[in-house]
Amino acid sequence: MGFLFRSGEIFIKGVWRENPTFRLVLGMCPSLAISTSVVNGFGMGMAATFVLLGSNIMVSLVRNFTPSKARIPIFIIIISTFVTIVELFTEAFTPGLHKALGIFIPLIVVNCIILARAEIFASREPILYSIADALGMGVGFTLALMLISAIREVLGNGTILGRPIFGPDYDPAIVMILAPGAFLTMGLLIGLMNYITRKR
Amino acid sequence: MEKIIVIFFSVVLINNFVLSRFLGLCPFLGVSRESGAALSMGLAVTFVMTMASIVTWFFYYFFLVPYQLEFLQTIVFILVIATFVQFVEMVMAKTSPALQEALGIYLPLITTNCAVLGVSLLNVREGYSLIETTVNGFGGGLGFTVAILLMANIRERLEFCDIPECMKGFPISFIVTSMLAFSFFGFQGFFSK
Repeated sequence: MGFLFRSGEIFIKGVWRENPTFRLVLGMCPSLAISTSVVNGFGMGMAATFVLLGSNIMVSLVRNFTPSKARIPIFIIIISTFVTIVELFTEAFTPGLHKALGIFIPLIVVNCIILARAEIFASREPILYSIADALGMGVGFTLALMLISAIREVLGNGTILGRPIFGPDYDPAIVMILAPGAFLTMGLLIGLMNYITRKR
Repeated sequence: MEKIIVIFFSVVLINNFVLSRFLGLCPFLGVSRESGAALSMGLAVTFVMTMASIVTWFFYYFFLVPYQLEFLQTIVFILVIATFVQFVEMVMAKTSPALQEALGIYLPLITTNCAVLGVSLLNVREGYSLIETTVNGFGGGLGFTVAILLMANIRERLEFCDIPECMKGFPISFIVTSMLAFSFFGFQGFFSK
Protein backbone atom coordinates (compact mmCIF):
# COMPACT_ATOMS: atom_id res chain seq x y z
CA MET A 1 0.00 0.00 0.00
CA GLY A 2 3.03 2.21 0.36
CA PHE A 3 2.98 3.31 -3.27
CA LEU A 4 -0.66 4.42 -3.05
CA PHE A 5 0.16 6.57 -0.04
CA ARG A 6 3.14 8.12 -1.84
CA SER A 7 1.00 8.81 -4.96
CA GLY A 8 -1.53 10.64 -2.78
CA GLU A 9 1.26 12.65 -1.23
CA ILE A 10 2.60 13.64 -4.67
CA PHE A 11 -0.90 14.64 -5.78
CA ILE A 12 -1.50 16.88 -2.75
CA LYS A 13 1.93 18.47 -3.15
CA GLY A 14 1.07 19.55 -6.72
CA VAL A 15 -2.25 21.05 -5.67
CA TRP A 16 -1.06 23.03 -2.67
CA ARG A 17 2.55 23.14 -1.50
CA GLU A 18 4.07 23.26 -4.99
CA ASN A 19 1.11 24.85 -6.77
CA PRO A 20 2.46 25.56 -10.27
CA THR A 21 0.93 29.02 -10.54
CA PHE A 22 1.28 30.52 -7.09
CA ARG A 23 4.29 28.69 -5.63
CA LEU A 24 6.45 27.79 -8.65
CA VAL A 25 5.29 30.80 -10.76
CA LEU A 26 5.28 28.73 -13.97
CA GLY A 27 2.93 28.94 -16.96
CA MET A 28 2.20 32.62 -16.47
CA CYS A 29 1.22 33.53 -20.02
CA PRO A 30 -1.94 31.38 -20.28
CA SER A 31 -2.88 31.99 -16.62
CA LEU A 32 -3.05 35.72 -17.27
CA ALA A 33 -4.30 35.77 -20.84
CA ILE A 34 -7.35 33.52 -20.67
CA SER A 35 -8.53 34.11 -17.08
CA THR A 36 -11.25 36.54 -18.17
CA SER A 37 -14.10 34.15 -17.34
CA VAL A 38 -14.40 31.03 -15.19
CA VAL A 39 -15.43 28.90 -18.18
CA ASN A 40 -12.28 29.83 -20.09
CA GLY A 41 -10.13 29.21 -17.00
CA PHE A 42 -11.64 25.76 -16.51
CA GLY A 43 -11.27 24.86 -20.21
CA MET A 44 -7.62 25.91 -20.27
CA GLY A 45 -6.93 24.03 -17.04
CA MET A 46 -8.48 20.83 -18.43
CA ALA A 47 -6.58 21.14 -21.72
CA ALA A 48 -3.28 21.62 -19.89
CA THR A 49 -4.07 18.73 -17.50
CA PHE A 50 -4.69 16.38 -20.44
CA VAL A 51 -1.41 17.36 -22.12
CA LEU A 52 0.43 17.05 -18.81
CA LEU A 53 -1.00 13.60 -18.17
CA GLY A 54 -0.21 12.35 -21.68
CA SER A 55 3.30 13.76 -21.75
CA ASN A 56 4.17 12.58 -18.23
CA ILE A 57 3.03 9.03 -19.07
CA MET A 58 4.95 8.95 -22.37
CA VAL A 59 8.11 10.52 -20.94
CA SER A 60 8.05 8.14 -17.99
CA LEU A 61 7.60 5.14 -20.33
CA VAL A 62 10.57 6.03 -22.52
CA ARG A 63 12.78 7.37 -19.71
CA ASN A 64 15.13 4.38 -19.69
CA PHE A 65 16.05 4.63 -23.38
CA THR A 66 16.05 8.39 -23.85
CA PRO A 67 19.62 9.57 -24.55
CA SER A 68 20.21 12.46 -22.13
CA LYS A 69 21.63 14.74 -24.85
CA ALA A 70 18.56 14.46 -27.07
CA ARG A 71 16.00 14.52 -24.27
CA ILE A 72 14.65 18.07 -24.71
CA PRO A 73 13.72 17.63 -28.43
CA ILE A 74 12.14 14.28 -27.58
CA PHE A 75 10.07 15.86 -24.79
CA ILE A 76 9.01 18.70 -27.09
CA ILE A 77 7.81 16.30 -29.80
CA ILE A 78 5.85 14.23 -27.25
CA ILE A 79 4.26 17.39 -25.79
CA SER A 80 3.38 18.94 -29.15
CA THR A 81 1.74 15.69 -30.27
CA PHE A 82 -0.65 15.83 -27.32
CA VAL A 83 -1.22 19.56 -27.86
CA THR A 84 -2.23 18.86 -31.47
CA ILE A 85 -4.70 16.24 -30.21
CA VAL A 86 -6.23 18.79 -27.80
CA GLU A 87 -6.34 21.44 -30.53
CA LEU A 88 -8.21 19.23 -33.00
CA PHE A 89 -10.49 17.87 -30.27
CA THR A 90 -11.58 21.30 -28.98
CA GLU A 91 -12.04 22.57 -32.53
CA ALA A 92 -14.40 19.70 -33.29
CA PHE A 93 -16.37 19.42 -30.03
CA THR A 94 -16.19 22.81 -28.28
CA PRO A 95 -15.75 25.42 -31.03
CA GLY A 96 -16.73 28.29 -28.70
CA LEU A 97 -13.95 27.46 -26.25
CA HIS A 98 -11.51 26.92 -29.12
CA LYS A 99 -12.24 30.42 -30.37
CA ALA A 100 -12.03 32.01 -26.89
CA LEU A 101 -8.67 30.42 -26.08
CA GLY A 102 -7.26 31.28 -29.53
CA ILE A 103 -3.51 30.87 -29.96
CA PHE A 104 -3.14 29.86 -26.32
CA ILE A 105 -4.11 26.26 -27.17
CA PRO A 106 -1.12 25.69 -29.50
CA LEU A 107 0.97 27.69 -27.02
CA ILE A 108 0.49 24.94 -24.40
CA VAL A 109 3.59 23.47 -26.12
CA VAL A 110 5.77 26.16 -24.59
CA ASN A 111 3.98 26.20 -21.23
CA CYS A 112 6.88 25.82 -18.82
CA ILE A 113 4.86 23.68 -16.38
CA ILE A 114 4.70 20.77 -18.82
CA LEU A 115 8.35 20.78 -19.90
CA ALA A 116 9.44 21.34 -16.29
CA ARG A 117 7.44 18.34 -15.03
CA ALA A 118 8.82 16.15 -17.85
CA GLU A 119 12.37 17.20 -17.04
CA ILE A 120 12.21 17.29 -13.22
CA PHE A 121 9.75 14.49 -12.49
CA ALA A 122 8.58 12.15 -15.24
CA SER A 123 12.03 11.46 -16.72
CA ARG A 124 13.18 10.07 -13.35
CA GLU A 125 10.17 8.46 -11.69
CA PRO A 126 8.06 5.36 -12.48
CA ILE A 127 4.80 5.72 -14.35
CA LEU A 128 2.37 5.59 -11.40
CA TYR A 129 4.06 8.48 -9.59
CA SER A 130 4.26 10.41 -12.86
CA ILE A 131 0.49 10.08 -13.28
CA ALA A 132 -0.04 11.31 -9.70
CA ASP A 133 2.30 14.23 -10.35
CA ALA A 134 0.53 15.15 -13.62
CA LEU A 135 -2.90 15.02 -11.97
CA GLY A 136 -1.73 17.02 -8.95
CA MET A 137 -0.07 19.71 -11.04
CA GLY A 138 -3.00 19.78 -13.48
CA VAL A 139 -5.61 20.13 -10.74
CA GLY A 140 -3.47 22.75 -8.97
CA PHE A 141 -3.18 24.72 -12.22
CA THR A 142 -6.92 24.41 -12.95
CA LEU A 143 -7.91 25.55 -9.45
CA ALA A 144 -5.50 28.50 -9.62
CA LEU A 145 -6.89 29.52 -13.03
CA MET A 146 -10.46 29.26 -11.76
CA LEU A 147 -9.64 31.39 -8.70
CA ILE A 148 -8.02 34.14 -10.78
CA SER A 149 -10.76 34.09 -13.39
CA ALA A 150 -13.51 34.12 -10.75
CA ILE A 151 -12.06 37.29 -9.22
CA ARG A 152 -11.66 38.94 -12.62
CA GLU A 153 -15.10 37.89 -13.88
CA VAL A 154 -16.90 39.08 -10.74
CA LEU A 155 -15.15 42.45 -10.54
CA GLY A 156 -14.72 43.13 -14.24
CA ASN A 157 -18.02 41.87 -15.59
CA GLY A 158 -20.29 41.57 -12.53
CA THR A 159 -21.09 37.93 -13.38
CA ILE A 160 -20.09 34.45 -12.26
CA LEU A 161 -20.29 31.65 -14.87
CA GLY A 162 -22.13 34.17 -17.06
CA ARG A 163 -24.90 34.94 -14.51
CA PRO A 164 -25.17 38.47 -13.09
CA ILE A 165 -24.75 38.59 -9.31
CA PHE A 166 -24.86 42.25 -8.37
CA GLY A 167 -28.14 43.37 -9.96
CA PRO A 168 -28.56 46.04 -12.62
CA ASP A 169 -27.03 48.91 -10.60
CA TYR A 170 -23.53 47.45 -10.54
CA ASP A 171 -21.08 49.31 -12.72
CA PRO A 172 -18.35 46.75 -13.65
CA ALA A 173 -14.70 47.74 -13.37
CA ILE A 174 -13.82 46.87 -16.96
CA VAL A 175 -10.11 47.29 -16.30
CA MET A 176 -10.15 43.98 -14.39
CA ILE A 177 -10.83 41.96 -17.54
CA LEU A 178 -8.21 43.92 -19.48
CA ALA A 179 -4.44 43.39 -19.23
CA PRO A 180 -3.65 45.58 -16.15
CA GLY A 181 -6.31 43.83 -14.05
CA ALA A 182 -4.74 40.44 -14.84
CA PHE A 183 -1.30 41.51 -13.65
CA LEU A 184 -2.74 43.18 -10.55
CA THR A 185 -4.83 40.14 -9.54
CA MET A 186 -1.87 37.82 -10.03
CA GLY A 187 0.52 40.03 -8.01
CA LEU A 188 -1.89 40.39 -5.09
CA LEU A 189 -2.75 36.66 -5.06
CA ILE A 190 0.92 35.56 -5.01
CA GLY A 191 1.55 38.12 -2.25
CA LEU A 192 -1.38 36.72 -0.28
CA MET A 193 -0.11 33.14 -0.72
CA ASN A 194 3.32 34.22 0.56
CA TYR A 195 1.68 35.91 3.54
CA ILE A 196 -0.41 32.84 4.45
CA THR A 197 2.41 30.31 4.13
CA ARG A 198 4.91 32.49 6.02
CA LYS A 199 2.65 32.85 9.04
CA ARG A 200 2.46 29.09 9.66
CA MET B 1 2.74 50.79 -47.25
CA GLU B 2 0.21 52.29 -44.89
CA LYS B 3 -0.77 48.85 -43.63
CA ILE B 4 2.86 48.04 -42.82
CA ILE B 5 3.26 51.20 -40.73
CA VAL B 6 0.03 50.43 -38.88
CA ILE B 7 1.20 46.86 -38.18
CA PHE B 8 4.55 48.11 -36.91
CA PHE B 9 3.25 50.72 -34.47
CA SER B 10 0.38 48.62 -33.26
CA VAL B 11 2.63 45.65 -32.45
CA VAL B 12 5.26 47.80 -30.70
CA LEU B 13 2.97 50.05 -28.66
CA ILE B 14 -0.72 49.16 -28.73
CA ASN B 15 -0.72 45.37 -28.86
CA ASN B 16 2.61 45.07 -27.09
CA PHE B 17 3.47 41.36 -26.82
CA VAL B 18 4.21 41.45 -23.11
CA LEU B 19 1.90 44.12 -21.77
CA SER B 20 -1.27 43.45 -23.70
CA ARG B 21 -0.95 39.98 -25.28
CA PHE B 22 0.69 38.22 -22.30
CA LEU B 23 3.37 36.55 -24.41
CA GLY B 24 6.97 36.09 -23.26
CA LEU B 25 6.32 36.71 -19.58
CA CYS B 26 8.89 34.18 -18.30
CA PRO B 27 11.97 36.02 -19.66
CA PHE B 28 10.26 39.36 -18.96
CA LEU B 29 10.07 38.55 -15.24
CA GLY B 30 13.17 36.36 -15.07
CA VAL B 31 15.80 38.51 -16.77
CA SER B 32 14.62 42.02 -15.82
CA ARG B 33 16.66 42.32 -12.64
CA GLU B 34 19.42 44.34 -14.26
CA SER B 35 19.24 46.58 -17.35
CA GLY B 36 22.39 45.28 -19.14
CA ALA B 37 21.14 41.72 -19.15
CA ALA B 38 17.65 42.94 -20.07
CA LEU B 39 18.99 44.71 -23.15
CA SER B 40 20.92 41.61 -24.30
CA MET B 41 17.81 39.48 -23.81
CA GLY B 42 15.69 42.01 -25.71
CA LEU B 43 18.09 42.07 -28.65
CA ALA B 44 18.37 38.27 -28.75
CA VAL B 45 14.57 37.93 -28.71
CA THR B 46 14.16 40.57 -31.44
CA PHE B 47 16.63 38.76 -33.69
CA VAL B 48 15.10 35.33 -33.12
CA MET B 49 11.52 36.62 -33.48
CA THR B 50 12.27 38.32 -36.81
CA MET B 51 14.10 35.33 -38.26
CA ALA B 52 11.67 32.75 -36.86
CA SER B 53 8.75 34.67 -38.41
CA ILE B 54 10.40 34.52 -41.81
CA VAL B 55 11.51 30.88 -41.56
CA THR B 56 8.14 29.61 -40.32
CA TRP B 57 6.36 31.64 -43.04
CA PHE B 58 8.36 29.81 -45.72
CA PHE B 59 7.75 26.45 -44.06
CA TYR B 60 4.03 27.13 -43.82
CA TYR B 61 3.39 28.32 -47.38
CA PHE B 62 5.92 26.12 -49.22
CA PHE B 63 5.68 22.92 -47.22
CA LEU B 64 2.53 22.66 -45.11
CA VAL B 65 -0.01 24.28 -47.45
CA PRO B 66 0.91 22.40 -50.68
CA TYR B 67 0.70 19.04 -48.89
CA GLN B 68 -2.39 20.05 -46.86
CA LEU B 69 -0.60 19.47 -43.56
CA GLU B 70 -1.76 22.68 -41.84
CA PHE B 71 -2.92 20.74 -38.80
CA LEU B 72 0.72 19.86 -38.07
CA GLN B 73 1.70 23.52 -37.72
CA THR B 74 2.26 23.40 -33.94
CA ILE B 75 4.70 20.49 -34.14
CA VAL B 76 6.49 21.78 -37.23
CA PHE B 77 6.80 25.37 -35.94
CA ILE B 78 8.27 24.40 -32.56
CA LEU B 79 10.77 22.06 -34.23
CA VAL B 80 11.75 24.72 -36.78
CA ILE B 81 12.24 27.30 -34.01
CA ALA B 82 14.26 24.92 -31.80
CA THR B 83 16.48 23.92 -34.73
CA PHE B 84 16.90 27.52 -35.81
CA VAL B 85 17.96 28.67 -32.33
CA GLN B 86 20.47 25.80 -32.14
CA PHE B 87 21.80 26.75 -35.58
CA VAL B 88 22.17 30.44 -34.64
CA GLU B 89 24.08 29.42 -31.54
CA MET B 90 26.48 27.30 -33.57
CA VAL B 91 27.04 30.03 -36.17
CA MET B 92 27.65 32.60 -33.44
CA ALA B 93 30.14 30.36 -31.63
CA LYS B 94 32.10 30.04 -34.90
CA THR B 95 31.93 33.62 -36.19
CA SER B 96 31.62 36.02 -33.25
CA PRO B 97 32.48 34.55 -29.86
CA ALA B 98 32.06 37.98 -28.21
CA LEU B 99 28.41 38.21 -29.25
CA GLN B 100 27.88 34.62 -28.22
CA GLU B 101 29.31 35.39 -24.80
CA ALA B 102 26.87 38.29 -24.39
CA LEU B 103 23.79 36.37 -25.53
CA GLY B 104 25.02 32.86 -24.75
CA ILE B 105 22.89 31.80 -21.82
CA TYR B 106 19.77 33.51 -23.15
CA LEU B 107 19.66 31.85 -26.56
CA PRO B 108 18.59 28.33 -25.47
CA LEU B 109 15.93 29.89 -23.23
CA ILE B 110 14.38 31.61 -26.23
CA THR B 111 13.22 28.29 -27.68
CA THR B 112 10.59 28.03 -24.95
CA ASN B 113 9.70 31.73 -25.13
CA CYS B 114 6.06 31.81 -26.09
CA ALA B 115 6.46 35.16 -27.89
CA VAL B 116 8.48 33.43 -30.64
CA LEU B 117 5.99 30.62 -31.28
CA GLY B 118 3.17 33.12 -30.69
CA VAL B 119 4.32 35.54 -33.39
CA SER B 120 4.71 32.68 -35.90
CA LEU B 121 1.18 31.45 -35.20
CA LEU B 122 -0.29 34.96 -35.31
CA ASN B 123 1.36 35.71 -38.67
CA VAL B 124 -0.27 32.65 -40.20
CA ARG B 125 -3.62 33.32 -38.54
CA GLU B 126 -3.71 36.91 -39.80
CA GLY B 127 -2.69 35.76 -43.28
CA TYR B 128 0.20 38.24 -43.49
CA SER B 129 2.44 38.52 -46.56
CA LEU B 130 6.19 37.99 -46.23
CA ILE B 131 6.93 41.72 -45.71
CA GLU B 132 4.12 42.09 -43.17
CA THR B 133 5.35 38.96 -41.37
CA THR B 134 8.89 40.36 -41.13
CA VAL B 135 7.63 43.72 -39.83
CA ASN B 136 5.36 42.00 -37.31
CA GLY B 137 8.20 39.81 -36.02
CA PHE B 138 10.67 42.68 -35.78
CA GLY B 139 8.14 45.04 -34.20
CA GLY B 140 7.09 42.37 -31.71
CA GLY B 141 10.72 41.92 -30.64
CA LEU B 142 11.20 45.68 -30.39
CA GLY B 143 8.09 45.99 -28.22
CA PHE B 144 9.45 43.22 -25.99
CA THR B 145 12.78 45.07 -25.69
CA VAL B 146 11.03 48.34 -24.76
CA ALA B 147 8.94 46.61 -22.11
CA ILE B 148 11.80 44.61 -20.56
CA LEU B 149 14.10 47.68 -20.47
CA LEU B 150 11.46 49.81 -18.73
CA MET B 151 10.83 46.98 -16.28
CA ALA B 152 14.57 46.49 -15.55
CA ASN B 153 15.07 50.18 -14.82
CA ILE B 154 12.08 50.28 -12.47
CA ARG B 155 13.25 47.14 -10.69
CA GLU B 156 16.74 48.57 -10.19
CA ARG B 157 15.12 51.41 -8.26
CA LEU B 158 12.77 49.09 -6.39
CA GLU B 159 15.85 47.53 -4.78
CA PHE B 160 16.06 50.56 -2.50
CA CYS B 161 12.37 50.68 -1.62
CA ASP B 162 10.86 49.42 1.60
CA ILE B 163 8.46 46.70 0.36
CA PRO B 164 6.51 44.40 2.73
CA GLU B 165 8.30 41.05 3.04
CA CYS B 166 5.54 38.97 1.41
CA MET B 167 5.31 41.29 -1.63
CA LYS B 168 9.02 41.11 -2.53
CA GLY B 169 10.04 39.48 -5.82
CA PHE B 170 7.24 38.29 -8.08
CA PRO B 171 4.22 40.03 -6.46
CA ILE B 172 5.65 43.54 -6.69
CA SER B 173 6.92 42.84 -10.23
CA PHE B 174 3.39 41.91 -11.30
CA ILE B 175 1.97 45.08 -9.77
CA VAL B 176 4.59 47.22 -11.53
CA THR B 177 3.76 45.40 -14.79
CA SER B 178 0.10 46.22 -14.18
CA MET B 179 0.95 49.93 -13.94
CA LEU B 180 3.07 49.68 -17.11
CA ALA B 181 0.22 47.98 -18.97
CA PHE B 182 -2.08 50.73 -17.75
CA SER B 183 0.16 53.48 -19.08
CA PHE B 184 0.50 51.69 -22.44
CA PHE B 185 -3.28 52.04 -22.75
CA GLY B 186 -2.54 55.68 -23.52
CA PHE B 187 -1.33 54.62 -26.98
CA GLN B 188 -4.67 53.10 -27.92
CA GLY B 189 -6.01 56.37 -29.28
CA PHE B 190 -3.19 56.38 -31.86
CA PHE B 191 -5.04 54.91 -34.82
CA SER B 192 -8.65 55.53 -33.90
CA LYS B 193 -10.57 57.30 -36.60
